[in-house]
Amino acid sequence: MSVDPSAGLIVSSLEVWRGERRLFGDLSFELRSGQLALITGPNGAGKTSLLRILAGLSEPHAGAVTWRGTTVRQLAAEFRAAIAYQGHLDGLKNDLTVAENLAFYRALWDGDDALEPLLDELQLSDFAHREVRYLSAGQRRRVGLGCMRLRRASLWLLDEPLTNLDTEGAEVVAGWLLSHTDAGGAAVLATNQAERFDGAAAIEIAL
Amino acid sequence: MDVFLLILRRDLKIAFRRWGELATPLIFFVIVASLFPLALSPEEAQLRASGTGFLWIAALLSSLLALDGLFRNDLQDGSMEQLALSPAPLALIVLAKTLAHWLVSGVPLLVLAPFLALSFYLPVEAIPTLVGALALATPTLSVLAALGAALTVSVRGGGAIIGLLVLPLTAPVLIFGARATDLAVHGESTLGPLYLLAALAVLALSLGPLACAAALRVGLE
Repeated sequence: MSVDPSAGLIVSSLEVWRGERRLFGDLSFELRSGQLALITGPNGAGKTSLLRILAGLSEPHAGAVTWRGTTVRQLAAEFRAAIAYQGHLDGLKNDLTVAENLAFYRALWDGDDALEPLLDELQLSDFAHREVRYLSAGQRRRVGLGCMRLRRASLWLLDEPLTNLDTEGAEVVAGWLLSHTDAGGAAVLATNQAERFDGAAAIEIAL
Repeated sequence: MDVFLLILRRDLKIAFRRWGELATPLIFFVIVASLFPLALSPEEAQLRASGTGFLWIAALLSSLLALDGLFRNDLQDGSMEQLALSPAPLALIVLAKTLAHWLVSGVPLLVLAPFLALSFYLPVEAIPTLVGALALATPTLSVLAALGAALTVSVRGGGAIIGLLVLPLTAPVLIFGARATDLAVHGESTLGPLYLLAALAVLALSLGPLACAAALRVGLE
């Protein structure tokens, strides 16, 4: 099968159920490099379920998700590294400090970026050596997104990344998203604050 | 291999910062072992005869108790999602987590066991065999408990179910472990049961992490 290299993520006739309830069906879209897709919809519409399926964490009821020609559930290691998923949970260890959490994920993703500029950008420099349990919800979110920022993923899957963030934090993250897509990366974003990305999104999916 | 060491270091660091949780299964081990003489009889002959059994049952129960949070904590804070999506094989990550757990829960048990054995009047000559058998048995117990923890990771109140799932599977470990110790107490050759314990450990360590990884992927859905 020949695959168009610019067609990164292809979603075809996806159907998703949660328990006895059908969330959505026949959802198809293609995301190319440099594009941003916004998923909107009321609470319970299936935004999180869709993102988890795109990440390969769960199996759809019907339909397929492929990344550069391979089903996401069967991706080999080098391709899995290309997809970053940040869900509702930040994936941080309460007993480790901010810097330790960041350093752990940097090592897990095989990165070598310096932590200081990132901590500065997230305004967390003063908290670098504090355990994550003492942070506020917004600060935790900043650290979680910082961990994702340390990967060199070409596809970002973000579930409500702006939740708990203050205006400045949201601007930093929106800036990251734009520079990510400008650099040829792709992103899928589930959000209730779609107006913040007006005009930036190539695809809008309303569930 | 880098990922293996990375996870091992992270889990050890977290374990030492929560040393209160570390101590619980060990204190449980000591208390359970000391309850048997109270319930039965504190006579020297009686203790010498059944002390091995007490020690093994106490070790078995405490190693189950310790494993409940092994994957649940990672699932609840979202790091399990990140680990499952990382390029490293999940089975390797599971093995690293289980090893970290064994180092902080199994090894202290090996250190405590001789003291408890002496308090049960077991002969000093039997103690190297007891520790050796425990050293072979506790990794198997850790893997079995990890499997239980992985299967029940998304079940509320999974702690008790782990016991139901795993305790029947631990029977061979208990049989060969207690047998080896008993043979040593009577001054006979202990090689047979020790070899069988080693074989069980190899089996558990090679297949267990794969099964745990599969169970965790189901738990994440």
